[in-house]
Amino acid sequence: MDLNSQEFYGGGLKEGEVSTGTTIMAVAYDGGVIMGADSRVSTGTYIANRVSDKVSHLHDKIFMCRSGSAADTQAVSDYVRHYLGSHAIEVGKPPLVKTAANLAKRICYTNKEQLLAGVIVAGHDDADGGSVYVIPLGGARPRPPFAFSARARRRRRRRAAAGTCLKVPFAIGGSGSTYIYGHVDHTYKPNMSLAECKVFVKEAVTRAMCRDGSSGGIIRLVCINADGVEREYHTI
Amino acid sequence: MASTGAGYDLSPTTFSPDGRIFQVEYATKAVENAGTVVGMKCKDGVVLGVEKVMLSKMLLPSSNRRVATVSAHAGVAQAGLAADGRQVVARAREECDNYEEVYGIPIPPTVLAQRLSEYVHYFTIHGALRPFGTSTMIAAYDEREKAHQLYVLEPTGVCLRYFGAALGKGRQSAKSEIEKLDLTTLTCRDALKEIAKMIYTCYDESKDKPFILEMAWLCEETKFEYQLVPQDLIDAAETWAKKELEEDDDDDDDDEMAS
Repeated sequence: MDLNSQEFYGGGLKEGEVSTGTTIMAVAYDGGVIMGADSRVSTGTYIANRVSDKVSHLHDKIFMCRSGSAADTQAVSDYVRHYLGSHAIEVGKPPLVKTAANLAKRICYTNKEQLLAGVIVAGHDDADGGSVYVIPLGGARPRPPFAFSARARRRRRRRAAAGTCLKVPFAIGGSGSTYIYGHVDHTYKPNMSLAECKVFVKEAVTRAMCRDGSSGGIIRLVCINADGVEREYHTI
Repeated sequence: MASTGAGYDLSPTTFSPDGRIFQVEYATKAVENAGTVVGMKCKDGVVLGVEKVMLSKMLLPSSNRRVATVSAHAGVAQAGLAADGRQVVARAREECDNYEEVYGIPIPPTVLAQRLSEYVHYFTIHGALRPFGTSTMIAAYDEREKAHQLYVLEPTGVCLRYFGAALGKGRQSAKSEIEKLDLTTLTCRDALKEIAKMIYTCYDESKDKPFILEMAWLCEETKFEYQLVPQDLIDAAETWAKKELEEDDDDDDDDEMAS
């Protein structure tokens, strides 16, 4: 690749392609998850949409935060929504977040040469409660955390044989996330309450939106727990 | 045409005038004459037992297994043509692997049973294909529901869920024995003995070929993994069954003498 080309500086985007230069995050708290995102969609320096929704609905209680190419991630989420719908009918009960993440991982990994998509899948199910999965760009294969036993690590490696899909307590993504790694690592604590977690997400996304030129607009929050799903948005 | 089918039994694509598909019925017949297979869903797991007929004394006892593991938490036992059975086992393994690869969770028993029955049914609707001469018992564990289940898949492609089931030569007597048991309280360990007894009951040493009792289970003891029952437990079940049957015989003799 020519280092001076538009392609290189666009981070893999084609000329004129719409990008969700973004800040997204999802955090598991005591009883559920909160997902947050900014709302800016840009084409170079032009803001194509200032109130977009980057938290896509996959199933009743499963959502996907999208970052990368808007077209690519919309297509991925459409496919996952389709497969998940059929799967739910086949098994006759609500699907697991794990299943949604696995479907997304497969699509992202098998088409990694074509796609520019980094997503976070999160939601609530009766088997695992609230859970968050990250599917990074391409197919890097990080080592499972050492908090797991040797046997569990082996099992996880096998499961993740193709593509990456990591279960995490919280995840941040998109161009804006780089500005807030220090902040979230410093402020995050496990088992937060709903109110605490909301403040945590709002604060982090706000900081990223202020620093990152490709993030902005409004803050969208989606709170998912056993009781249901609640959406809200905030202006800075 | 002199045969009973009168020309309607040459292909599974042809119905007879009274609405039967003879080829599929003949496939079912192949299973009815096979070694007995008994399956029971007990309180703590599922046990499958097979009367594996040994055609030669020189065969290795472990050869031509009639039970097979298809994934960690699912397995089968089969009656009928062994070679046809292998086809079903191969497909079952493929379905299990594929499901887990796509959805990231083990295949639920209902889905496995349904997918296998679609496969077997396909062979009953094409002129160029022959139905499977095998019935398959499926024992599987539903990880999400924490429940174990037993299915029987017939050559027709019909698959039903059972508490207890029997296939092959001795199915009639085995079924009536299963009906006498209380499967809600029976444990797998006790079921081993009962199954051994059922299989030995319908076995006639003077008429039938020698057989090997093959057993596999999926229960609390095996952490719901489908495994061969340890040989010492099978041996114990066999000796218990033989002793029971001798005692029953003695009782019968006593009755005769009394009358």
